[in-house]
Amino acid sequence: MKVLVPVKRVIDYNVKVRVKSDGSGVDLNNVKMSMNPFDEIAVEEAIRLKEAGKVEEVIAVSIGVKQAQETLRTALAMGADRAILVVAADDVHQDIEPLAVAKILKGVVEQEQPGLVLCGKQAIDNDMNATGQMLAALLGWSQATFASKVEIEGDKARVTREVDGGLQTIAVAMPAVVTVDLRLNEPRYASLPNIMKAKKKPLDEKTAEDYGVDVSPRLEIVGTTEPAARKAGVMVGSVDELVDKLKNEAGVI
Amino acid sequence: MIETPRHEEEHVSEIRSAVRAICARYSEDYWKDLDATHGYPTEFVAELTESGFLGCLIPEEYGGAGLGLPEACAILEEVSRAGGHPGAAHAQMYVMGSVLRHGTAEQKQKYLPKVASGELRLQSFGVTEPTTGTDTTSLKTTARREGDTYVVNGQKVWISRVQHSDLMVLLARTKPIEQRSRKTDGLSAFIVDLRGAEERGLTVKPIDAMINHHSCELFFDDFEIPAENLLGTEHEGFRVVMDGMNAERILIAAECVGDGRYFVDKAVAYANDRVVFGRPIGQNQGVSFPIAKAYAKVEAASLMVDRAAALFAAGKPCGAEANMAKMLAAEASWEAGDTCLQTHGGFGISREYHIERKLRETRLYQIAPISTNLILSYVSEHVLGMPRSF
Ligand SMILES: Cc1cc2nc3c(=O)[nH]c(=O)nc-3n(C[C@H](O)[C@H](O)[C@H](O)COP(=O)(O)OP(=O)(O)OC[C@H]3O[C@@H](n4cnc5c(N)ncnc54)[C@H](O)[C@@H]3O)c2cc1C
Repeated sequence: MKVLVPVKRVIDYNVKVRVKSDGSGVDLNNVKMSMNPFDEIAVEEAIRLKEAGKVEEVIAVSIGVKQAQETLRTALAMGADRAILVVAADDVHQDIEPLAVAKILKGVVEQEQPGLVLCGKQAIDNDMNATGQMLAALLGWSQATFASKVEIEGDKARVTREVDGGLQTIAVAMPAVVTVDLRLNEPRYASLPNIMKAKKKPLDEKTAEDYGVDVSPRLEIVGTTEPAARKAGVMVGSVDELVDKLKNEAGVI
Repeated sequence: MIETPRHEEEHVSEIRSAVRAICARYSEDYWKDLDATHGYPTEFVAELTESGFLGCLIPEEYGGAGLGLPEACAILEEVSRAGGHPGAAHAQMYVMGSVLRHGTAEQKQKYLPKVASGELRLQSFGVTEPTTGTDTTSLKTTARREGDTYVVNGQKVWISRVQHSDLMVLLARTKPIEQRSRKTDGLSAFIVDLRGAEERGLTVKPIDAMINHHSCELFFDDFEIPAENLLGTEHEGFRVVMDGMNAERILIAAECVGDGRYFVDKAVAYANDRVVFGRPIGQNQGVSFPIAKAYAKVEAASLMVDRAAALFAAGKPCGAEANMAKMLAAEASWEAGDTCLQTHGGFGISREYHIERKLRETRLYQIAPISTNLILSYVSEHVLGMPRSF
């Protein structure tokens, strides 16, 4: 079985995000970009499935600007076998919307015929949490979201999901789309020999047109603002004062 | 984190990310506790070794990654940028250069694969002596040939990581100073096996120092080295250690650039967050300008490091650039550290903020491995053609 892992190039989680002065989005000039952390978890899980003998090949795919090639090299250095880059934008500030990404991924799935698509539950830039679900719908495949445990048993995947208030375990028929959550695993970093080996692994370059997908935006960004600055805290003198403030000032109890 | 746009090869930024991921597992408290207890970062060094990063410069045929100085610089820069102290491990990267460039085929085969795997720690380098200091070619420790061995007598000082090394490259006098034909004649380099050496005439005394660098005094008393451990040609040992020194200076300069970036990151974050008189302190130009200035100087030094590393990697002469990079980077990191401390006010003095530790660590590099004055004298004489002063 092949596993397909879509990975997105996003602003690094360590970077303090700055909103562009025209409010059209976040400034991505000269900021460090990295693989979406949830996608790293998906890559790690795919590699572990391969190491456990459940999977023969791990294919990473990224859709976006040409620089996403770096993100794919990271996946290859971690242990993916090959990669596909779908160039769909020239400008680093152009985000490809989930539906367009899902349509392109559908095309990749039809070509590659993986038994499983493992993706991050969401990308930390726009927090859409939609691509995996849309892909499952477009393919007519089963889906299991927010996975904290994935077990492949024959033609079924047993997936433990993080849901409000607890864990839910479901069995889904394969092929399936599984979106992964934070606690599934701790991704490895690439060793130096693997970084060098990754340079020699195949990386195919395609375009959105190759899949006949129109990536022009359907959503309009009306504005982007910084989160409101947090107000300074106050020290309270006693529990009674705290309860009083929570009740009468904050109105939360 | 302020990210400098750099025109690096893709694998170099990949290396940076991986090293950052490793460093993220070792918090700044890890380094602070080691500093307080004079401990050695055994786990960190093991992880950096196993993941192949310390073997960066060792050719692939000996089990290393076969990469050059730009990659090695990226690795060490990221360790110091993350708040770590790469000085504990950096020498494992470059001391082997003397073996690689001057060793016999047997010596290379015997040592390099094990240095790459970490089985042998070759991270000690014995040159400096208490009475001669920077005047290296006057050093007094002697190695007298007796049959199949050399017998060593004398004293060294500030020799780092001896207690965390299996092997050391040692420079000693094999011809009396009055018989030398030129200043550098009559010194020889040796590979010294440190395992069990204290039973064979070597006394090691750790020096109580400002930073946790594991530096020691060494006393040799009829200490025997097998003749086969001579590295390079007898009496020509100065060359053996000398041509590794450019690499060392460039790598240390890269560490200073990492320190500088660490300090600027911290200073900027604090200047933005700390509110006094109802506004962030960074809104006062008296606070922001020194940080901006420190940043500019770190960036300039970084360019010189890149240039020196590229020249070294291309096998071109780089003495001037290596020296200037080390001087500029060590001065820039110190200024950035001082500014960072000042930005933090009283909190900068608290050990909990790590700044004072990093400042102590980066201060070393205006003195070792070569002090600023000696760099200036090199540039005056060899680059600018002014009269020799000593
Ligand atoms: C923490 C630490 C680790 C070290 N690790 C090692 C190691 O692993 N191996 C090793 O071999 N050495 C090591 N050293 C030694 C280091 O290389 C020397 O300390 C350094 O080269 C300076 O030599 P010195 O201390 O004898 O100073 P000196 O030579 O005594 O110089 C003292 C001062 O006088 C100045 N000076 C001297 N001569 C001149 C001149 N002609 N013109 C102008 N100024 C001059 C110097 O710049 C310096 O500021 C280490 C040192 C330290 C502090």
